[in-house]
Amino acid sequence: MVGYLVVLLLVLAAAAYWIGRTRAIASVNGDVARLHSLPGQHGMFLALFAAGPALLAIVVWSLVTPSIESSIIADRFSSELSGMGVPQVEAFIRDARAIAFGGLVGFADPTKEAAAALYKSVHATSTWIIWTVALVLSASGFYWAYSRIAQAYRARHVVERILRAFLIACSVVAILTTIGIVLSLIFESLRFFQQVPFYKFLFGTHWSPQSAFTGAGAEAGAVNEDIFGMVPLFAGTLLITFIAMLVAAPIGLMAAIYLSDYASKSVRAVAKPVLEILAGIPTVVYGFFAALTVAPYFRGIGESLGLNVASESALAAGVVMGIMIIPFVSSLSDDVINAVPQSLRDGSAGLGATKSETIRKVVLPAALPGIVSAMLLAVSRAIGETMIVVMAAGLAANLTANPLEAVTTVTVQIVTLLVGDQEFDSAKTLAAFALGLVLFCITLSLNIVALRVVQKYREQYD
Amino acid sequence: MNIMTEAGVEQKLSSGTNAPSIKMKGEKVSVHYGEKRALFDVDLDVREHQVTALIGPSGCGKSTFLRCLNRMNDTIDIARVSGKITLDDEDVYDPKIDVVELRARVGMVFQKPNPFPKSIYENVAYGPRIHGLARSKAELDGIVESSLKKAGLFNEVKDRLLESGTGLSGGQQQRLCIARAIAVSPEVILMDEPCSALDPIATARVEELIDELRQNYTIVIVTHSMQQAARVSQRTAMFHLGYLVEEGATDKMFTNPDDKRTQDYITGRFG
Repeated sequence: MVGYLVVLLLVLAAAAYWIGRTRAIASVNGDVARLHSLPGQHGMFLALFAAGPALLAIVVWSLVTPSIESSIIADRFSSELSGMGVPQVEAFIRDARAIAFGGLVGFADPTKEAAAALYKSVHATSTWIIWTVALVLSASGFYWAYSRIAQAYRARHVVERILRAFLIACSVVAILTTIGIVLSLIFESLRFFQQVPFYKFLFGTHWSPQSAFTGAGAEAGAVNEDIFGMVPLFAGTLLITFIAMLVAAPIGLMAAIYLSDYASKSVRAVAKPVLEILAGIPTVVYGFFAALTVAPYFRGIGESLGLNVASESALAAGVVMGIMIIPFVSSLSDDVINAVPQSLRDGSAGLGATKSETIRKVVLPAALPGIVSAMLLAVSRAIGETMIVVMAAGLAANLTANPLEAVTTVTVQIVTLLVGDQEFDSAKTLAAFALGLVLFCITLSLNIVALRVVQKYREQYD
Repeated sequence: MNIMTEAGVEQKLSSGTNAPSIKMKGEKVSVHYGEKRALFDVDLDVREHQVTALIGPSGCGKSTFLRCLNRMNDTIDIARVSGKITLDDEDVYDPKIDVVELRARVGMVFQKPNPFPKSIYENVAYGPRIHGLARSKAELDGIVESSLKKAGLFNEVKDRLLESGTGLSGGQQQRLCIARAIAVSPEVILMDEPCSALDPIATARVEELIDELRQNYTIVIVTHSMQQAARVSQRTAMFHLGYLVEEGATDKMFTNPDDKRTQDYITGRFG
């Protein structure tokens, strides 16, 4: 129902645009040059005031009504609900909603039917209220703005100010979302740390949360604190990231040097997009490439050399992840290498340096801060990468530095902890939030360092 | 051809009085940038221990000619050079010539000061290092010091040799670039509008320096400033639209040029 209202308001806005335009032109008898603001700006002004406040009211309404309606229901049926706990009350209201508006109902009973009927009437009332409010707002906004339109009226300034406010609102949404996610990570992690001590999580070397609840009877529900040590996961993440960077850093950097300083224009025109296609391959494709092709290949080589290579070795996951990061490293490095002024290359060549001497002794040192930050961003990308390691790395939390063994990573464990039927208040699932928080802190600090380095570098040349 | 014979006559006339010999010689030098021709059959000699100024309006080919002398045009993919340029009678564009060695002998100073983002010491030591000129650290120190002294910069920077070269003032940076070029002991130094990014005081210092350097080096300078050409050079060559208009002793060029275009340009009537 409210959907129609939104459509109606949009139509009104379009109409208001034309009306405002026409009135502005009419107010100067067609001599548009005499208007302070362009006719379109007057139209925009009228449209914004005709539809803006009403749309804003609808947004607020849709955010707050569900909880108001629920509290009204809970209030009316307080005698029936008095004996129930919080989850049961929630279930009751959920069922009442479902009966009223369609949906999956747990089980129906007469009380719920009654609640549903009430729900319907309350909702009808609130819909009616929002229609009235929106139309009144729309009409009064239209009337107010319409009466303003005149030759000297500064519609442009008003429109600019409203647009600015709208843009600010959009960026605030993005920022608030980030803050919300971080806060939820922190609060869930705090709940986890109530059950498992902080130090045991950070410094413990044993990780097997799947066996968290071995007790029965009186011991059921007790949490074994000693199996939530994240060190093996962290070590596994570092090992795989290290292998990935061993692959990606040299190859990516060399490719960037070739592209920026050696490749002719035509080669560059082809090679750069192709490298970027590599970045566009979904990571899940890399994942099965790693699991089905690379891992067995390494295993085969290992066997022929008499080595015992796990079929889910850190090596396979790391190498494939490295390949995935190559375009990331190369395109970032390419940018910073290109940012080194041509005059420095000329100066070096003018002294008789060869191309490779110029690159080694002048270009790379000058670009080094940028390259370092590119590497740091690549590392933070590798640490956060999930799909490849889920498919190609193991699940066993081995604490080892041997790349031929299976290791597991923080991201893999988060996935296994949260996949499937899980209670969201057990230590096991809460551990995922704590892991997420640690991961977030690591990548955030890496990114901050990288951005700092880039900023410092920029100051040198601008 | 007229110009050539005249220059030849002049050389013959002055040959008795300890005449400077010809260091670099350009014969029918032409340059194409892709389809566009930038230089048309330029014949121009550069005399040893003299400053040769190349003047002319923007886009006349003077910088292009300068960049041919140490093959800096090689770094531009689409540039094509024809004709013959010799350095001490050796063809510079001979395939057997090592361009690295050529550029060590014919150094270059650019329009905008372009010190490397390294320390002052490292900037000067860069050339000697890549050419392996110093056998020991002490020898390298000596080269750096004497190059900075020759560039008239040593007293200003002797206490901060390890600070970044980019932290110097514009004029100091340009003298650092000159010191950097001197450090590889070139025979010829090419300067592409070396003072265009400097203030008048820094310009005066660099001009003074150019005059001193003439004792030991042969210098070719591109400049937009008539006064500068008149002040620092012994020979002047006037370029216009890719052609060499006129070449001769600076005194004569500025007082009694043969070509009307030269006169107009020098007196500021065009360009």
